[in-house]
Amino acid sequence: MENKRTCLYDKHTALGALISPFGGFDMPIQYSNIVDEHNAVRQACGIFDVSHMGEVLVTGPESEKFVNYIFTNDITDAPDGKIYYGMMLHPTGGVVDDLLVYKMADKRFFLVINAGNIEKDVAWIMEHSKNFDVTVEHQSDIYGEVAVQGPNTESVVEKVLGIPCADMVFYTCKEVEYNGETIIISRTGYTGEDGFELYGSHEFTNEVWDKLIASGEVKPCGLGCRDTLRFEVGLPLYGDELTDEITPLEAGLGIFVKLEKEDFIGKEAIAAQKAEGLKRKIVGIELKDKAIPRHGYDVEVDGKVIGQVTTGYNSISTGKSVCMALIDAEYGKLGTEVQVRIRKKVFPGEVTKKRFYEKNYKK
Amino acid sequence: MSKILEGLYYAESHEFVKIEGEYGYVGITDYAQHELGNVVYVDMPEVDDEVEAGEDFGAVESVKAASDLISPVSGTVVEVNEALNDSPELVNADPYANWIIKVQLSDASEAEKLMDAAAYKAFLGE
Repeated sequence: MENKRTCLYDKHTALGALISPFGGFDMPIQYSNIVDEHNAVRQACGIFDVSHMGEVLVTGPESEKFVNYIFTNDITDAPDGKIYYGMMLHPTGGVVDDLLVYKMADKRFFLVINAGNIEKDVAWIMEHSKNFDVTVEHQSDIYGEVAVQGPNTESVVEKVLGIPCADMVFYTCKEVEYNGETIIISRTGYTGEDGFELYGSHEFTNEVWDKLIASGEVKPCGLGCRDTLRFEVGLPLYGDELTDEITPLEAGLGIFVKLEKEDFIGKEAIAAQKAEGLKRKIVGIELKDKAIPRHGYDVEVDGKVIGQVTTGYNSISTGKSVCMALIDAEYGKLGTEVQVRIRKKVFPGEVTKKRFYEKNYKK
Repeated sequence: MSKILEGLYYAESHEFVKIEGEYGYVGITDYAQHELGNVVYVDMPEVDDEVEAGEDFGAVESVKAASDLISPVSGTVVEVNEALNDSPELVNADPYANWIIKVQLSDASEAEKLMDAAAYKAFLGE
């Protein structure tokens, strides 16, 4: 099947980006090099085309009740403009997808889902909405989206785009009139830095991209550094740390699962897993050497395989070779000595926190 | 356009060997380092390890990917470039000066099966 292209595809090729498939789209992986793009986001400002992300609008009298039923976080009586991170779960507790829910207004919820899961998620949402008085609109083809990330983002967005955003609190959104259309801006991101994400028409998305690039203050950044950035601050990627078979508890994301709220899909399984205790969990591992642990490599203790690496890099911000790995919970204690098999050798390391670099959010 | 040095021998997997008497210095080509991007780790064999033409003897790792190193010649590793342990980026800066292993060749005629500079240039199609 032919990959899709975002509304910014021609901008990427004009900038000489390396293009690779991701989540069913041909996406820019890097423009210059990953290290420079990564550092631009940590130190200044970078822009990502994230138009591949999916959008679903849920409205109607029972929209709050319905979203609460398919979503692990609790959106009961959420104030307008507040954003929640959480997951949709299978009845088994495995993750259908992780997503953001934007409470736009009373009885109007905007769901942002992963590109690679759009088809699965939309079918899932539609299927479960049948018993609720709601309207579900799949809007992925309408919206373009850019993420502008880094410590300079607030001033750049205000100055270059003229969109006031300094007073916005982390994980909130608002609708803004821009050239006659209503766009959405949120103080969110996937890099561990302060930043904003902007959703609007393809025309709006192209205009924002052009203006920010032309300002000279914003570096175009590809999905390559988006992954190194999110990884360093311990954020999960669906497909690596979260899958249909991995539960939020195993991924260390239990705080986004509100077991005290009324019924939601997967609740029983998670409650049972919590009561029984985890058999496996995702941990951080720091290697003593610079060899790079990559997705799928075995983690061992004295020659016995105890799990696999989910994501690993030589961390650009710290220079250390580190990874997240799903391992037997009995070896999950901080400081436990483990080994990672990289090609023909095993490299010693120890279990650490999953956060290898501190987040720098403006709260 | 990639830098190609006269007098070296090149493999289709983008390693070079520079022959000096009974020794060969093996590294990756300028084309290879450029394709890989920022090199962050070079996985090298130990001194006295045997290498065989066409077999992997280590890997060069960039941020995103690991790329196997295939030996263009057979023999015994007599030296590894220790400088690459602390400064793997030297491979990007000058891949021909920063060879990876020095091999005592077991069969000097193997080099004749490799490409010379002109053939490698044609192979790259540049």
